[in-house]
Amino acid sequence: MTKIGEWVEVCTSDAIAPEEAMRFSHGERSFAIIRSLEGNFFAIDGHCSHEKVHLADGIVDGNIIECPKHFGTFDYRTGEARALPACVDLRRYEIKVDSNVVFIKI
Amino acid sequence: MKQERAMIVVGAGEAGTAAAVALRQGGWPGRVILIGSEATLPYERPPLSKGLLTEGEDSGPKFLITAQRLTELAIDYLAGVNVLSIDRATNTVSLQGGELLAYERLLLATGARPRTLGVPVDPECRMVTLRTYADAVAIRQTLRPGCGVVVIGGGFIGLEVAASAVSRGASVTVLEAGPRLLMRAVPASIAERIKAKHLDAGVRIELDATVAGIEAVEEQSLVSLADGRSFPADLVLVGVGAVPNVELAQAAGLAIEKGIAASDTLATSDPDIFTAGDCCSFPHRLYGERMRLEVWRNAWQQGAIAAANMLGLGSAYESVPWFWSDQYDETLQIAGIYSNSDAAINRDLGDKGQICFYLAPDGRLVAACGFGSLATISKDIRIAETMIGRRIRPDADALANPAIAIKSLAS
Ligand SMILES: Cc1cc2nc3c(=O)[nH]c(=O)nc-3n(C[C@H](O)[C@H](O)[C@H](O)COP(=O)(O)OP(=O)(O)OC[C@H]3O[C@@H](n4cnc5c(N)ncnc54)[C@H](O)[C@@H]3O)c2cc1C
Ligand code: FES
Repeated sequence: MTKIGEWVEVCTSDAIAPEEAMRFSHGERSFAIIRSLEGNFFAIDGHCSHEKVHLADGIVDGNIIECPKHFGTFDYRTGEARALPACVDLRRYEIKVDSNVVFIKI
Repeated sequence: MKQERAMIVVGAGEAGTAAAVALRQGGWPGRVILIGSEATLPYERPPLSKGLLTEGEDSGPKFLITAQRLTELAIDYLAGVNVLSIDRATNTVSLQGGELLAYERLLLATGARPRTLGVPVDPECRMVTLRTYADAVAIRQTLRPGCGVVVIGGGFIGLEVAASAVSRGASVTVLEAGPRLLMRAVPASIAERIKAKHLDAGVRIELDATVAGIEAVEEQSLVSLADGRSFPADLVLVGVGAVPNVELAQAAGLAIEKGIAASDTLATSDPDIFTAGDCCSFPHRLYGERMRLEVWRNAWQQGAIAAANMLGLGSAYESVPWFWSDQYDETLQIAGIYSNSDAAINRDLGDKGQICFYLAPDGRLVAACGFGSLATISKDIRIAETMIGRRIRPDADALANPAIAIKSLAS
């Protein structure tokens, strides 16, 4: 059992290319782990707030991740919904990279 | 006096609701009145043939906006009210109940309604169409294991209902008048894939099946074909397309052509009246022809553009048409529009799916149609959409080669 607020290992930092996203599931929950063009890592809820579609299959562009289903967009740094039909924000999660391993605080 | 007039939107679907929000967000200081003939808050139609029929419990319509948000934006929403006529001499609309409202600018976002079958139908029959939440509830209540459903029309709505019904244990037959499914909408190879999914799921599909009439026989409805065959059903769903709701505009003397005729800025033949969504026809710069679309994204995007232009912005609507449909666990996405004169290039992604690209005679990419898992097709269709908008002429062999990334052809 993971406690709330615990750091959980996601992957090694070379597992996600810049401007790509990866699906990460932990127990019942699922997250989208995003790497920006500059190489920084971010994490938000995995499923779009419009319908239950995973965002990791969407396009990453600038600070935005776009849902593959109907192209609602979110700022992956904050989880904020940015373009219709997404209008409900997602949660963001803290990320840290330690010796080339990416951790998420969930 | 003029300042006291309101921005009035007729029709509270995708287009009308998006417009009302955009009018307020665009800075209109006066009244915004959204009038819709349905009694609920505005809702999304696509789930009506999908999740709403398959989910264990009816979770109600998926609303486009909350009552709280309407209040925050000071949008006056008149639900369950029909607009009966437009008086262009006085810039007023008359409502069912007799009230008159004056408009500064008017948006007609009246949508479309299901086309009727045009054959004799016994009024006792259990025959339904699907456009509203109430229609979906009626279908949902009939769907139970073992019940017989006949779907007339192998178009998107009919096929989605067939998939939903068979997943609820119904025994489903689709009757399509054409020689194959989705004749005008998707290429033959993709139609074959979609058909195979339906057959696997246990849906029976009859092609070249022209319906001659529907009779009530005991507790059932009997659908008979021109060739003499007949199919009994507990429920008959008619999905043979939609017709635009143009009557209000027509009675007011506005130009009608395929729909309520608009310019590329979505103004009708009266500069104070705009139109958007399923009821609207407009010239598309990319395709050089007038078209009317019946697709979800177009509806809300046009609503937003019409609103901006009602406020005087004057921007042309030129989005690439985009459509999706869900068929079981797979998805279909189409960007752009193609015709018979375009060359079809097939990109075979094996079991995972397929994308068909269309190049105009001048080499320009004009459409891309993908079917498969969302993860397999969506990124490439999205990139193709941008390429279509930018009039890119990609190499045909490269498009067909799955080893070459579509992204690398985008510039
Ligand atoms: C079952 C179903 C499934 C669909 N699935 C998909 C899909 O998967 N993908 C896709 O891209 N598109 C899909 N669509 C199409 C999409 O839903 C429509 O394109 C979209 O709803 C059109 O929006 P609209 O605002 O133009 O019209 P509508 O949503 O039809 O809204 C128009 C509204 O105006 C009201 N109205 C009309 N006349 C008056 C009047 N005189 N006074 C007051 N109110 C009036 C109507 O009652 C209606 O509520 C689907 C449609 C249906 C019906
Ligand atoms: S599911 Fe993400 S935008 Fe619709």
